[in-house]
Amino acid sequence: MARKTTQIQTPAARARSRRSVLKGLAATGGALAGAQALPGLVPYIQAQSSAPIKIGFQVHRTGIGAAYGRWYDRTTTAAARVINEAGGINGRPIEIITEDDGTDPKRGAEVVEKFATLHGCDIAFGTLFSHVVIGSSPRAGELKIPYFVVSEGHHVASGMLNRYTLQPGITDVKSQVQAMAPFVHDNLGRKVTMIFPDFAFGHDHRDYFSAALEKLGGEVVAKIAIPPTESSFTRYFPKIPRDTEVIYHVMVGPAVLTFVKELGEFFGSSRPELFGFIDSLEAVDIATPGLEFLEGSYFWEGNPRYAGANPSEHDSFYRAQVGVDADGASLDDPKDVSTYAHMWGCWETLHVVKAGMEAAGYQGIGDRAALIEAVEAMTDLPHGRAHPQGAKLFNGKTHQVFGHQYISKVGGGRMTLAHTTSIEDTFYPDEVDYTTQPF
Amino acid sequence: MSGATRKGVVLHLGVVALLAGLQFVLPAYHHGNLARVMVLASFALGYNVMFGYTGLLSLGHAMFFAAGLYGMGLAMRHLGLPALPALALGVLCGAALAALVGLLALRTAGVAFMIVTLMFAQTGYLTILYFGAFTRGDEGFVIPRAARRIGALDLSEPTTRYFAALLLLGLCLFATLALVRSSTGRVLIAIRENEDRARMLGYDVFRYKLLAMVISGAMAGAAGAAYGLLFGYVGATFASVQYSIFPLLWVLLGGAGTVLGPLVGTLFMFYLIDLSSGFTSAYMLIAGVALVLLTLFAPRGLMGLVRARLVPWLP
Repeated sequence: MARKTTQIQTPAARARSRRSVLKGLAATGGALAGAQALPGLVPYIQAQSSAPIKIGFQVHRTGIGAAYGRWYDRTTTAAARVINEAGGINGRPIEIITEDDGTDPKRGAEVVEKFATLHGCDIAFGTLFSHVVIGSSPRAGELKIPYFVVSEGHHVASGMLNRYTLQPGITDVKSQVQAMAPFVHDNLGRKVTMIFPDFAFGHDHRDYFSAALEKLGGEVVAKIAIPPTESSFTRYFPKIPRDTEVIYHVMVGPAVLTFVKELGEFFGSSRPELFGFIDSLEAVDIATPGLEFLEGSYFWEGNPRYAGANPSEHDSFYRAQVGVDADGASLDDPKDVSTYAHMWGCWETLHVVKAGMEAAGYQGIGDRAALIEAVEAMTDLPHGRAHPQGAKLFNGKTHQVFGHQYISKVGGGRMTLAHTTSIEDTFYPDEVDYTTQPF
Repeated sequence: MSGATRKGVVLHLGVVALLAGLQFVLPAYHHGNLARVMVLASFALGYNVMFGYTGLLSLGHAMFFAAGLYGMGLAMRHLGLPALPALALGVLCGAALAALVGLLALRTAGVAFMIVTLMFAQTGYLTILYFGAFTRGDEGFVIPRAARRIGALDLSEPTTRYFAALLLLGLCLFATLALVRSSTGRVLIAIRENEDRARMLGYDVFRYKLLAMVISGAMAGAAGAAYGLLFGYVGATFASVQYSIFPLLWVLLGGAGTVLGPLVGTLFMFYLIDLSSGFTSAYMLIAGVALVLLTLFAPRGLMGLVRARLVPWLP
C-alpha cells in the first residue's frame, strides 16, 4: 500500500527505472551464466538477493537532543517494521543499524564513517540537530554514501552541503518560518516582537520571519536575542516595546518553562498575542503546571500533536504503528509525550528511500548514485500512509521537500488545529542545484 | 646526544614509522579513525606541554583549538585564503590567543588559574555564537571540498589525510621531545616540581610559563586548523567546555609528562567510547569508570606506568 502512495512522476525517472531494470536483468543473467560455470557461487548470489538493505540510523541517544532521539528511534523502528511487513524494498528486508551521535558533530561524522566503512550500510539516515548534520555531511560526500537527513535545517537547501545529502522527509526552517507570517499578520497583529535564542536556530527565525512579515507590510518592532546560557529572562521583558501586538517566541531547552512562567508574571492578564514554535515544548505536556500562561496562544506544529475530531486515516495508521495516542503521548504511558511535530520526518524519509530504491532498481552500494538520481526525480508525494503528515512537493535540485505547516491554538491544556498553510506558502527561490554536481 | 636521548629519538621514530606502516594495512574504518586520533593527539600533546611538563592545569584549552579552527575556517570562508596560508594563520591564532590569555591568566595559579582559563574559554565560545553572522554560530559551516587542497594534494582523500595527520603528529611529537630534552624544557619541569625553588634559582617563571602556554596554544591551534581542513567542518561545539575536558582526560589516561602519553590516551579513549557505545548509551559512564580505575591503579597514566615498571628512560 505504501508503494502505491508514493509516485515518481517524471519521465526521466521512469526511463531511468526501465534502464535500471534492464541493466539489472542483464547483470543477473550474466551472473547466472557465470554461476553455471562456478556452481559454488549460487548460494552467494541467492544470499545477496535476499540480504537485508542496511540503513545506518544516526540518532541522538545522548546529549541535548536525546528527547528527540528517543522518538526518532521509535518512529524509525515502526516505519522499518511496516516496510518489512509489506515486503521490504525490492523484495529485501531493511535492517536498521543504530549508532548514537551524542548530539555532537564530531561523533556524528565518526558515526557516518562507521556506517560506510565498518557496517557496510547502503545509506545513512537520521538525526535532527543541524550542527551534527553539517559536521557529518562532508564525510558522507567523501565516502559517497547517501545521507538522508531529518533535520529541518535550511543547510541542505542553502547549498552548503553536497549531492549525497538529501532532506526529502521533513520541511526546512526557512519554509516553516516564512509560512507563519501571513497567519500572524492577518490574525494576530502587525507589530511583532521576536524573542529568540542567540544562536543559529534563533537567527534563522529572526531573519526569515522578519523578511516575510515586512513583505506583507508588518513590522518587527524588536528583536530580543537571549544568550544560550541564560536561565532567567525577567530582565529582557522591559525591552518589549509597548506597541507590540504579537510576541513571537522560539525558546528551546529546559529553560522554556521558566521563560513562560516569567513572561506570565511580567504581563499578568493583559498580554499581547503569543505565537511560538512547538520546538520549545516538544516532549512536554501542555498541561504542565506553569504553562497556564500559554492559554489562548498559538504554536507552529510540523504535525499536529492532538489528533482532533477528524484525523485522517493515514495519521491514525501512523499513530497506531508508532504507538502514540490521540493526544500525542505514548500508548504505554500517557505522561510520555512524543516529539510529534518532528518525528514523522523519519517515517516519511524511510518511505522516500523505499520509493527511490524501487525506482532505481537498487541492488547494492554500486547503485547509490542511481538512488540519488531517482530521489532527485521525485516531485509529488501524495498524502497517504507513506506521507501521513500531508502531501508534499520534493525539489530535486535543492534536495529539499516542501509541505503543509500547521498552526494550533492552546486551550484547556491541549492544542487544537487552527490553521493549515498551503504548500505554496512555504516556497522560496532555489538557492542551489545539486544535480549539476558530479557524483 | 646522550644514550637516553638517542633511545628516545629512536623510539619515537619507530612510533611514527609504525603509524606510517599502518596506513597500508588498516581497514578503511580504522584508517579514518587513526587519522582523526592523530589530529586530536596533537591537540593533547599541546595540552601536555602545559599540564604534563609545566604543571599548569587549564580548563579552557578548547579556546586554542577553536582559535586554530576558526582562524583557518573564517579566513577561507570570508577572505578566500588558500588552505596552506589558512592553516598557518590557524596556528598563529592559537599561539596569539594563548599569549594574550597567558598574560592575564598566569597572574593566577592553581584553582584560580583553572577558573580563569575556563571563563576565557566560555567567553570564546559565546563570542563565536555572538558573531553568528560570520561564524554561523552553533551550526558551524563546511569547508568546501574543492578548497581543501594544498597544491596537488587533496586533503579530503583518505591517504593524503592520513599522512597529513601523521605529519602534524610527528611535528608535535618531536617538538615536544626536543623541548623536554632542552634546557628550557628542564626549567619547565623544574617549575612543575617546585615553582618557588625555580624562581629562587633566578628563572623568570612567568616568562617560561608564558612560553609553555604559547607553544601549547600553537599546537592546539595547529590541531584545530588541521581538523577543519581534513574533515571539512568548523563548528562552535569544538569551543565548548567538553573539548576543554577531553585533552585533560586524554593526557591523564595516557600519562601526563610523557611524550607518547597523549597519543596513547587519545587512542584509548577514542576506542573506549567507540566500542562501548555499541553496547550502551551510558558509554560515558564506562569511560568514567575506566578513568577512575586508571587513577586508582595507574595514577601516572598508561605510559607513566610503562615508565615506572618497564622503560625508565621513557621521555
